[in-house]
Amino acid sequence: MPYIPHTPDDVRAMLERIGARSLDDLFDEIPPALLVPSLPGVPDALSEMDVSRLAAERAAADGRPLNFIGAGAYEHHIPAPVWALVTRGEIYSAYTPYQAEASQGTLQIMYEYQSMIAGLTALDVSNASLYDGASALAEACLMAVRAHRRSKSARILLPETVNPAWRRVVRAITGGQGLQLDTLACDPASGRIDPASLAAHAGEDVTALVVPQPNYFGQLEDADALTRWARANGALVIAAVNPTSLAVLKPPGEWGDGGADIACGDAQPFGVPLSSGGPYVGFMACRMEHVRQLPGRIAGRTVDLDGRPGYTLTLQAREQHIRRAKATSNICTNQGLLMSAATIYLALVGPAGLERVARACIARTSELVAALTRLPGVRAAFAGPRFHEAVLKLDRPVAPVLAALAGEGIIGGHDLARDYPQLGDALLVCATEMRTRADVETYAKALGRLLGRAAAA
Amino acid sequence: MSEIPADLRYTKSHEWMRTLPDGTIEIGITDHAQQSLGDLVFVEVPESGRKLAAGDTCAVVESVKAASDVYSPLAGEVAAGNPALATQPELINKDPYGSGWILRLKPLAGASAGGLDAAAYAAVAASGG
Amino acid sequence: MSGSLRKPEPLIFELSRPGRGATAQHPAAEPGGEVPAGYRRRGLPPLPEVSELQAVRHYTRLSQLNFGIDTHFYPLGSCTMKYNPRACNALAMLPGFLGRHPLADAATGQGVLGCLFELQEMLKDVTGMAGVSLTPMAGAQGEFAGVAMIRAYHRARGDLTRTEIIVPDAAHGTNPATATMCGMKVREIPTRPDGDVDLAALDAALSPATAGIMLTNPSTLGVFERRIVEIARKVHDAGGLLYYDGANLNAILGKARPGDMGFDVIHMNLHKTFSTPHGGGGPGSGAVGVGQWLLPHLPVPVVGREGERYRWLDERDLPDTIGRLSGFMGNTGVLLRAWVYMRILGAAGMRRVAEYSTLNANYLLARLVEAGFEAACPGRRASHEFIVTLRREARQLGVTAMDFAKRLLDHGYHAPTTYFPLLVPECLLIEPTETETREELDGFVEALIAIRREAATDAAAVKAAPHTMPVRRLDDVRAARQLDVAWKPEVA
Repeated sequence: MPYIPHTPDDVRAMLERIGARSLDDLFDEIPPALLVPSLPGVPDALSEMDVSRLAAERAAADGRPLNFIGAGAYEHHIPAPVWALVTRGEIYSAYTPYQAEASQGTLQIMYEYQSMIAGLTALDVSNASLYDGASALAEACLMAVRAHRRSKSARILLPETVNPAWRRVVRAITGGQGLQLDTLACDPASGRIDPASLAAHAGEDVTALVVPQPNYFGQLEDADALTRWARANGALVIAAVNPTSLAVLKPPGEWGDGGADIACGDAQPFGVPLSSGGPYVGFMACRMEHVRQLPGRIAGRTVDLDGRPGYTLTLQAREQHIRRAKATSNICTNQGLLMSAATIYLALVGPAGLERVARACIARTSELVAALTRLPGVRAAFAGPRFHEAVLKLDRPVAPVLAALAGEGIIGGHDLARDYPQLGDALLVCATEMRTRADVETYAKALGRLLGRAAAA
Repeated sequence: MSEIPADLRYTKSHEWMRTLPDGTIEIGITDHAQQSLGDLVFVEVPESGRKLAAGDTCAVVESVKAASDVYSPLAGEVAAGNPALATQPELINKDPYGSGWILRLKPLAGASAGGLDAAAYAAVAASGG
Repeated sequence: MSGSLRKPEPLIFELSRPGRGATAQHPAAEPGGEVPAGYRRRGLPPLPEVSELQAVRHYTRLSQLNFGIDTHFYPLGSCTMKYNPRACNALAMLPGFLGRHPLADAATGQGVLGCLFELQEMLKDVTGMAGVSLTPMAGAQGEFAGVAMIRAYHRARGDLTRTEIIVPDAAHGTNPATATMCGMKVREIPTRPDGDVDLAALDAALSPATAGIMLTNPSTLGVFERRIVEIARKVHDAGGLLYYDGANLNAILGKARPGDMGFDVIHMNLHKTFSTPHGGGGPGSGAVGVGQWLLPHLPVPVVGREGERYRWLDERDLPDTIGRLSGFMGNTGVLLRAWVYMRILGAAGMRRVAEYSTLNANYLLARLVEAGFEAACPGRRASHEFIVTLRREARQLGVTAMDFAKRLLDHGYHAPTTYFPLLVPECLLIEPTETETREELDGFVEALIAIRREAATDAAAVKAAPHTMPVRRLDDVRAARQLDVAWKPEVA
């Protein structure tokens, strides 16, 4: 019996103590008609050895292609200590630190994580994680509506330059509460928020403006000007930022006149593997004046009976287990393990290391764009400063090109045809510090061969 | 046992009311209520000028283990919220009927304090309500 | 936790020295990584500068300040803290799974998609539902998906009047919070002292405004709702749907299925029932299952199979979906761990989960009642968990459930859930799980007896507990009043 320690003697003695004749007796309060005899849809048990073989075959089938996609999930170096530490049983097999005295490890890691996120974003306070970047943005929109009491419109300006999957999640999660999500158009020349689209909302009751930095296309928005516009129009600012970029880009707390009110994003780049889409880790920080509207767990530093410093969950009256129907969010379990991984990652790379990672990403992406746009039929869609992604325009449909590259072991980028048909045959590419110059060359050669072959055909 | 001053009016939801000389009504939560909530850590008071109907949520009191809405016992306009509670929520624990007042309400014409007298409220508090 | 570990561990920031670093982790300095002046950060972010050994030692020491399942019995009610098999983690972290970008073509993800498809199929069978979506990232998000689907179902039929969700007063706080998040009004109904739903109150609450009811079965009081079929009929007759909160699915796994009871939609906590690690508070996974009539509304993406190939079904395949809840496809790595767990246990193993978790809970309850502790629902069979109320001890000895909980830590046991459900005074919600030995359970009973004996002679010692943890009882009031939630660099 896998993982069940009972001997036949145990079962006999325990049933006797209970006063039951059999294990079936223990289910005598369930109406007999509801009991099922078997589960035909679940296969028979396998040993760990057999499952290991099956899993290894499937994992191997997925291969190790050379990846040039970002689009919300980024392949970075993960220092070896990160997962060696977070898979220690004391971290990995603990739960939410309800008993603070027996959970000081988790609580102190939460406090350190909150400090790091607050420092990176230049805001006052961070929670101890949300599910992922997309759901964090949805929570930020709901939070802005609660925090901005004078605004009655519940109107959020959501630019087209925000990750389209994140925008779908915002719609799905905020839909029931009647938020008005107004799209701001993308300027097809710059790949940034169209200033005319923003100007059209001047003088309206706007609750909050979402500012992505860098935006989905990797382009840098004019965050200062956007923040000033929001201030002038009485709107809050929600920053949706890439955390690695904060090592080198102006942090949300310093944007425009007075900074953003809320910053959110996905801390996956900090030590969390791509892992086919999750688990990742949403982060959220805000100015102190909004702290009671912040969703999710928060660890606080306090003292014990002897006056020694210690950590505990705090401001719990915001949360569902106390406030129930009036809670700031329904979130309970968050992404504790990944929060710990992000904390240890940041402790290891430190300020200088994170800056190097960010600069290497910028440099490698520039090289990738340069190498690919040297090929005939490939050009950069947008000029202007960017972080570690770029949109390329091809002279033919993108999907067949990507399929052919995949055949050569190269994941060549993300096809934008579905989400941005107005951009034509456009491809979103990314190169982090993990891609070498040789990798860039490999990609350029393969793409050149493909395009040339197709042209010749 | 909790203190229940004889000169105030009360509600079943543990608010007290005091009619001030200028006709405004001072509102807070009772000693019994603050005892059952425990040490308060935050109080959200209403802004002056806010119009309230009887039964509207007019404030929120939070301890580390509970959060409770405070309901306006009558209709009116908020004359003032207690500014001291922003930094000293513990005033409600220390002096619930004095410096721990939460808001002052200008009653709507015709609205009266009404409510329970001290004896009737004592029965409510004793029943664990 | 040895004595030497009672020395407080400094913050990582306090170990920092300018110019230090774990430089093996830094990429080479690159020319060309410049940011234009107007966009540039002034100076470096305030992160710690420590050596690799300092970081490793610091986080290893912090880990040693924690209780986990791997180190201690952890009978936290409603959380199913059972052994998390190491194989699940090891196999989910195979390089092919770990390195795959979520947007890479499905052709390069047939391995992972195959596992997820099988997981969907197995979960359908154990719950008796017609379809499953794996995307919700925790139980609460599964609840959100469920209530959003109930809302979508009524709206799709043009019934816009159904805006109320009925929730028993004993429910998890996430239930009412979720209903609010979905724009629904919450209507609370009382629970009877024996733990079952008050049917008269249910009748009174049902109306043309009823969108649905959220139930946990076995309930949060640790007993099976005996009249579930009748409840389902009443709710359906009133035009509402039934939502199953899967927090307690462990109790009936392989024995009875929510779909057969009449539930229309359910979420499962894979980190509870299917033993994926709790991680110090997540990641969880709140996969949802639905009956036939809710299939069109499932959150996307869902894994589909066409012949021998798997692919993600999205908004184009399910135009009436409630939409997307995560940036990609939910907590895939957690799903892989659950897949490994289910394959190792197999169909017979699923049933043993319910049988042995129920055996352990009933044994523990029987022993505690024999020892004179008071069951919250006397005469009822425990499910996989049960409630003991310490109201008598609180009244007679002045020692509360919280005091017992803290003193248990000194005896080497994580405390059960305390003060939930809210309607039972001074309660401990105890869930031993199937992976604990009889000896461990006996030790726990002895500890509770010892604490009660101590409370009678030296209540102060119990009230001041814990005494052997890295810290003594913490000042929660100060934490909330003098909020300190982030370390700040000292300004020179």
